[in-house]
Amino acid sequence: MSKFARPAIPDAFLSRADRVVPPSGFTARLTQFTAAAMAFLAVFALALSLATGRLAERWSSELARAVTVRISAPVDQMTIQTAAVERVLRTTPGVSSFRVLDEADERALLEPWLGPGLPLESLPIPQLVEIVEDDAGIDTEGLRLRLSAEAPGAVLDDHSRWRQPLVEAASRLRLLGLVAIVLITMATGAMIALAANSALAANREVIRVLRLVGARDTFIVRAFVRRFTLRSLGGALAGVILGAAALMVLPGADQGAGFLTGLRFQGAEWLWLFLIPPVTAIVAFVATRIAAFRALKEFT
Amino acid sequence: MIQLSDVSYGYDGRELLSHIDMNLQPGSFHFLTGPSGAGKTTLLKLCYADLVPTSGHIAIFGKDLAEMDRDAIAYARRRIGVVHQDCRFLDHLSISDNILLPLEVSARDNEAHHLQELLSWVGLSDRANALPPEMSGGERQRAALARAVIMSPEVIIADEPTGNIDWEMSQRLLDLLIELNKMGKTILIATHDLNLIRTAKKNVSARVLRIRDRQLTSAGADL
Repeated sequence: MSKFARPAIPDAFLSRADRVVPPSGFTARLTQFTAAAMAFLAVFALALSLATGRLAERWSSELARAVTVRISAPVDQMTIQTAAVERVLRTTPGVSSFRVLDEADERALLEPWLGPGLPLESLPIPQLVEIVEDDAGIDTEGLRLRLSAEAPGAVLDDHSRWRQPLVEAASRLRLLGLVAIVLITMATGAMIALAANSALAANREVIRVLRLVGARDTFIVRAFVRRFTLRSLGGALAGVILGAAALMVLPGADQGAGFLTGLRFQGAEWLWLFLIPPVTAIVAFVATRIAAFRALKEFT
Repeated sequence: MIQLSDVSYGYDGRELLSHIDMNLQPGSFHFLTGPSGAGKTTLLKLCYADLVPTSGHIAIFGKDLAEMDRDAIAYARRRIGVVHQDCRFLDHLSISDNILLPLEVSARDNEAHHLQELLSWVGLSDRANALPPEMSGGERQRAALARAVIMSPEVIIADEPTGNIDWEMSQRLLDLLIELNKMGKTILIATHDLNLIRTAKKNVSARVLRIRDRQLTSAGADL
């Protein structure tokens, strides 16, 4: 075999078909670059999707377990109605614990908006009761009815009014991440198919000669599929390593900083990265195979 | 082996071959002659299924071409050795690799040990590692013949095999083809070189076919 016959792939990986089709130079580098860039983007799309999933779950579970009772009553009725609410809560199934917020708690809640040194005693501030549900949860409708009967000034707030839009927003972000992954996969397939078409066009004469000496389509297709699959796999590996390194550089998740700092994978989520190179290789395999069989139709 | 029945072929609305009947019997030796542009190469291409007839039927090794899928055509081509006019080598492969190509694509490269013998037969033992562009016209034609016979095909088709080489080399190539015919191979050679045909007829029982006005006829006694 002459030195010109060798593509830049180790001999052990060369099939018979690889040996007779010349190396495709520019298209090979294009495929590797495309696979690397797409894998890099896929890492971030995956990170976005997983992070928003975690966020939606956290918001949902944290808020779902916290219910508040707000008591608005004249000053002389406040103690009576608060006691009535406490009585009701003690006998309500699903209540794990509850706490009547004292003046210091309420001042702390209002301070960010109204500033320090509030004369709370002169303001008609409602009394708040914070309830923590147990795993079984509270029948909010039943509790609402009991409260209206025994403490008319008490209003049950299960936070669903503002919890739902937040959870929905996070879920949509997660969906966007998944859509981005699908689009990246499809774009990878399309770009590899284009590169394969270009390589097939550049090797028209080789393909023609191979057909004339009795090569079956599968023999010819194998050469292109094999090399595009291996190059995509190599490119995707590089892209994933770069993407993972970029994620590592991001600040770690911390409770106060929120969403952006929580983009880094957590625990077993890092294992998702191992899926990207093989998926890229499978996409390259399918895209090249379809492109090659289609291109071969024009040869007798 | 290869039978054409009432075959016509046209391209771009123009008929190049009209109602051709031809039958290549096993072990036969045929010359195909006619002026340049008469359609000799087209007829040969129809014989190895590189072209599909506009009308009529072609049977290759008993199978109707119209019913053969792409794999069947590939398998049939392994039984037909073709010496193309322009040789059709892959320039990035050495001449040895080019000669071995039919074995390689057929997963029969375990038979590659015949290569040295074959190179010696066509007188190219010392050119095994040369690249096609580095070789002379005669060397290329002999290498093309070596590639055509490496699969031990039943039929050998040669398109102007002596077109670009001197008389001495033409004689040598012709001797090789006659030798193959004596080994039982069916030979079809397209040529416009009447001297070559006359020389061959002294050594082998050859039938001469002529394409004229898109029709195929048997050549007269002048040959």
